[in-house]
Amino acid sequence: MKKRPPLSFARFWAIVIKEFVQMRRDRLTFGMIIGIPVVQLMLFGYAINGDPKHLPTAVLLADNGQQGRSILSALKNSDYFRFVRELHTEAEADAALARGEVQFVVTIPENFSRNLLRGEKPTVLVEADATDPSATGNAIASLRTLLGSALQQDLKGPLSFLAGSDGPINLRVHARYNPEGISQYNIVPGLMGVVLTMTMVMITGLAITRERERGTMENLLSMPTRPLEVLLGKIIPYIFVGYIQVGLILAAARFLFHIPMTGSIPLLLLTSLVFIAANLAMGITFSTLAKNQLQAVQMTFFFFLPSLLLSGFMFPFRGMPEWAQAIGEILPLTHFLRVIRGILLKGNGFEEVLLQLWQIALFAVVVLAVGVKRYRKTLD
Amino acid sequence: MKGNFAIDVRGMTKRFGDHTVVNGIDLQVRGGEVYGFLGPNGSGKTTFIRMLCGLLDADGGEGTCLGFDIIRESDSIKRQVGYMTQRFSFYEDLSIAENLDFVARMYGVENRREAVRESIDRLGLAGRQKQLAGELSGGWKQRLALAACLIHNPRLLLLDEPTAGVDPKARRDFWEQIHELAGQGLTFLITTHYMDEAERCDRLAYLSYGNLLTSGTPAEVIAGAGLTNPSLEEVFIHLMGSSKDNFSQ
Repeated sequence: MKKRPPLSFARFWAIVIKEFVQMRRDRLTFGMIIGIPVVQLMLFGYAINGDPKHLPTAVLLADNGQQGRSILSALKNSDYFRFVRELHTEAEADAALARGEVQFVVTIPENFSRNLLRGEKPTVLVEADATDPSATGNAIASLRTLLGSALQQDLKGPLSFLAGSDGPINLRVHARYNPEGISQYNIVPGLMGVVLTMTMVMITGLAITRERERGTMENLLSMPTRPLEVLLGKIIPYIFVGYIQVGLILAAARFLFHIPMTGSIPLLLLTSLVFIAANLAMGITFSTLAKNQLQAVQMTFFFFLPSLLLSGFMFPFRGMPEWAQAIGEILPLTHFLRVIRGILLKGNGFEEVLLQLWQIALFAVVVLAVGVKRYRKTLD
Repeated sequence: MKGNFAIDVRGMTKRFGDHTVVNGIDLQVRGGEVYGFLGPNGSGKTTFIRMLCGLLDADGGEGTCLGFDIIRESDSIKRQVGYMTQRFSFYEDLSIAENLDFVARMYGVENRREAVRESIDRLGLAGRQKQLAGELSGGWKQRLALAACLIHNPRLLLLDEPTAGVDPKARRDFWEQIHELAGQGLTFLITTHYMDEAERCDRLAYLSYGNLLTSGTPAEVIAGAGLTNPSLEEVFIHLMGSSKDNFSQ
């Protein structure tokens, strides 16, 4: 008997042709083939920056001498700091840090200039929001040099002895919320948001497309139902699933990673509800847009990728250019990260949480409205 | 209800792109009638049925179904119609009882538990109600689908090729059940490719390429064709041949 060749060119070629034809028909997959490298290039090439600069900084200036102002203007002109406002009380400083409005508060104490000129080495206090240690590290490192050179102009001639070997001032850095700079403190709470985004969007993303693909949609539509009944009915069970994940991650955070839990856990659970609902709504809406389950998964991926990269989970949010921050501000994960880190590490209360929460809720409502509008009551 | 018609529609039209799938069909079905819908694959039978129960928006036409306007009152129609799809469209990963319970809840059936239990008993599936629907054979799936369509006591049943792929014995049982239900006043619109089934209908309509070619009682249809060796089968093969000349795309 003649030995069969290991490969029939004709059959191999038949499959190659078929694959190309199918690829051409599936526009979304084709779009992904082009879209993914473009998006990745944009994000990694332009948006992401591990060395954030121009971090918002507030100054509490209690001194009215020449040297205090020298320091203020040096901060304004530096790369790492962006002066946003002047504060007047310690309480204002605390609030600004808690809300995440500023990354640093620089306090120049009373009689700073006088004490400096007397050679008493006054102390400049820098309070940093260190929830994300990687966002503040380089800025703090640059601070000592910055302050030294800022005063050099003033300490010339007869005063030059003050600029002695160990500098004219004491610099005290106070890393708030995460004094030891443990990166897990930042990552583990954030992970909760990431896991919920990935699973919740995916789960409901398949919900409607599965019914269409299996033919059960025809039956569902032939019954007297309204779109909102179907969409909400498909969302609610997964809120329950989301809470199982929340519980799992919170338990791990507490007992395995010893993440501090400064704020209110009930408040965190309430916020999680809104966040879970927002992601489920996103998934449901993808489900109404996608033609099949594969497309729903692809859309999920397209949502997950920017969420992961632009929310401040993997890279410092403030390190990104403004356009990337603007996209990030739309994503529910960005706000949830601020909420969960705020509650656990900063001990944020309802007031601070609300600043982020309404944005998550708005996202959920808008997305669900699109879903309800797109949900087809007929098979057309 | 207007007159005595369960279905009374005129000029029903549906286009997909520039392709007209249903082309101005008029149809009147009396209450309690078993109405057969025949025609080759792709003749527009399924599309027509979907328009009747609000699953597709009609591009033209008007009329009533169970006295409700087919355009404006499709929700009311849905409540009183049972639609059995061509492809099994219940949940294969739910059990028989869970499927029936779901449907009963969707229609807000009163005494739901009892209705489900009765339905299972009538099916002869007592003891198997926990079996997953996906594990059933074709004949049993079809019985389950019919039971699910009946659970909310509809007045009109639209059955789309209910006996495709079902063995002869099950087919005969099925038709006996249909006539029994029709005797109780239920109206049926049934599509089929089987001539023995067509002969058991009170009246028939024959569709081809979206057009209604002929309709009437089986005897009228045979007589109207004027063939030398008349049987329904011959009539339809004749119609199929002539319609190809008239409506080839």
